Amino acid sequence: MVDFLMPSLGADMEAGTLVEWLVKPGDRVKRGDVVAVVETQKGAIEIETFQSGQIEKFLVELNSKVPVGTPLAQIRTEGEAKPAAVAPAPPPAPPVAPQRAAPAAPPVTPPAVTPVRAPLPPPVAPTAVAGARASPAARKLAGECGIDLSKVTGSGPGGAITYADVEQHLGAVVAPPEKKRAPGLDLDAMRTAIAAAMARSKREIPHYYLEHQVDVTACEHWLAQKNATLSPDTRLLFGALPIKAVALAARRYPAFNGFYRDNTFEPAQAVHVGVAIAIRGGGLTAPALLDADQLSLDDLMSRMRDLIQRTRAGRIRSSEMSDPTITVSSLGERGVEALYGIIYPPQVAIVGIGKAVTRPWVIDGAIGPRSVITMTLSGDHRVTDGHAGALFLAEIGKLLQEPEKL
Amino acid sequence: MSDIDIRKVVQEELNNIAPEVDMASVDPAADLREALDIDSMDFLNFITAIHHQLNVDIPEIDYPKLITLDGAVAYIVAHLGSSKS
Repeated sequence: MVDFLMPSLGADMEAGTLVEWLVKPGDRVKRGDVVAVVETQKGAIEIETFQSGQIEKFLVELNSKVPVGTPLAQIRTEGEAKPAAVAPAPPPAPPVAPQRAAPAAPPVTPPAVTPVRAPLPPPVAPTAVAGARASPAARKLAGECGIDLSKVTGSGPGGAITYADVEQHLGAVVAPPEKKRAPGLDLDAMRTAIAAAMARSKREIPHYYLEHQVDVTACEHWLAQKNATLSPDTRLLFGALPIKAVALAARRYPAFNGFYRDNTFEPAQAVHVGVAIAIRGGGLTAPALLDADQLSLDDLMSRMRDLIQRTRAGRIRSSEMSDPTITVSSLGERGVEALYGIIYPPQVAIVGIGKAVTRPWVIDGAIGPRSVITMTLSGDHRVTDGHAGALFLAEIGKLLQEPEKL
Repeated sequence: MSDIDIRKVVQEELNNIAPEVDMASVDPAADLREALDIDSMDFLNFITAIHHQLNVDIPEIDYPKLITLDGAVAYIVAHLGSSKS
């Protein structure tokens, strides 16, 4: 039996609110399945399980805010026998944050985390979990309008309360324009999270900054030729090329790919490139394109498209939030020629991509017009020096000269 | 399909990308990237949606012609049913 824990979705996350189970006790899950939705400062995040098995029981109530590391459910792993003895199901653990505990209340560890192997209780039916079942959007609208969800009649699957049910309860026919934003996104909370992470970065990480100009004419020609043969849904954007080049260079220069924790740098085994994505209305987040170095450009583009769409709709997965090993940020489309990023801790590098501008450029002794981008690196001086940074940037530039090999 | 119907589809698709924008208040000659604060991914999604909805082929080289609301409507009217896929 293993515990399914409230994951850490970034260095700045201390707690999260469990808002939805997407499975029920008795369901079989496999590694990577999305099993729950947790609301954090960064929005509603879909949480995946790292364990395969059968959901044994839930340990915390819906709508509970619990610290990172709190067991949310128990999963019976493959090969574990069902218990013969039948004991009454324990009540779900109490929520941590919503109500103030009595002064003498014990610590908030859920009762079922005991390592002692005892006869296991039978699975708890979904109805045993306190709190109305409601979609994150419904929950958010209800929260904003001060509606008690237990008084709303649900019309969704299994009686779940939908956004429309809450709207109907409100007597609202049309949501006001400011409510049209993606349901899982709270931009004020996101700003608080950005402030915490960036302030920590500037406090703790001794950044150094380098810039490197790269001729991307070959990339543009190659891209135009390739896209001319493709329908819009499979076309590539220029932005995919530097991401792939950074991922490949990070594999060759592992000191830029990993985490700095407890005064030690741990290089990451995989290359998960965080892609800085602007949220309409002022937010910013950088979820991961997992294993970006292993993806073909077509696959990378298709994953990036899906990631951006889900991010802007407030549906990011837990592995994408916690896993970036290096970040790429691009502001070229907004006319910015060079951006110097702030490293997202515990990562140790961020690469900035600027706008492609036509410049006079010397090739083989002759001057000609070329399309040039300014690429920057913000590096963590505790892990690397400018010399290594220069090699890393040069490698990215070199890879961009042969886009067909990316 | 009339120009008015096409304009409606274009506005709807743009609204899917920028839901908080009142399309009636957008200057039909304004650069959509600035007026709606959309990026290249948003624009590609818009082109993809128009391709699927209206069966119009829009090669990348023609993107600049669709960068305003009026420009997009005029382009689509001229190329309606051009898609081979």
